[in-house]
Amino acid sequence: MIIVNGKNVDFVENETISGLLKRMKYVFPNVVVKINGELVKRTDFLGTIVPDKSEVSVIHMISGG
Amino acid sequence: MNAQKSNKIKMKLQKSSVGIAGAGGLGSNVAVSLARAGIGRLVIVDFDSVEENNLTRQYYFRDQIGMIKVEALKQTIHRIDNSVNVDIFNYKLMKNTMDEPFHNVDVIVEALDSSDIKTMFIEEVMQKLPNVPVVGCSGVAGYGHSDRIITKKLGKLYMVYDEKAKDCNDDMLIAPRVILMANWQANIVFELILGEDK
Repeated sequence: MIIVNGKNVDFVENETISGLLKRMKYVFPNVVVKINGELVKRTDFLGTIVPDKSEVSVIHMISGG
Repeated sequence: MNAQKSNKIKMKLQKSSVGIAGAGGLGSNVAVSLARAGIGRLVIVDFDSVEENNLTRQYYFRDQIGMIKVEALKQTIHRIDNSVNVDIFNYKLMKNTMDEPFHNVDVIVEALDSSDIKTMFIEEVMQKLPNVPVVGCSGVAGYGHSDRIITKKLGKLYMVYDEKAKDCNDDMLIAPRVILMANWQANIVFELILGEDK
């Protein structure tokens, strides 16, 4: 089990951040992701595996300012 | 409030400095709010000039149309309080040097426009200046739905956030919500500088 934005989500072995975002249907192009408090750069989404029992936070960055 | 406490807060604010990336709807309103409230030094970075259509939400005036935004904003701040130190940089923040103007500030406000630049800025600044809190904003377009706005805290990143808002290319940017969220950011800055109000 992992926690994504406060919700319990099934753990999938060897799932990357990109895979998790796809599974969660987070379709926004720009997101800020933290896993267990560590910020992960977008360029590392394909190469970073989400470990079991992780706490993942995803924030969509929406244009406008 | 007693005079001693009030004086202590005033001194603390006067010694504080806040960096603001972007001087559009969010940044211009954050800057004016912080200046009115007594923050001693502001560092503001923006590359744009004031246009007529900015006036629906940004803290500029008709007679400033055509002026460089950071210069217009400095002028306005000094009309309110000329003791505020305002350091302005009239250029576009670029990848790999985004942190540079903000090395000597206590808090950084992300007040940029496109989602791409916002994300890039947050990633870079949080990596290079890991001890400085960053107050960002996402989901400012539209009107109404004030109750959907939350503060989302991720370590030292504080996001004023409405995850259901539309992109500004698909919805309007208009004063009430933009200024609400700008001042929500300014209010978080205050909390970071003074500590939680108990």
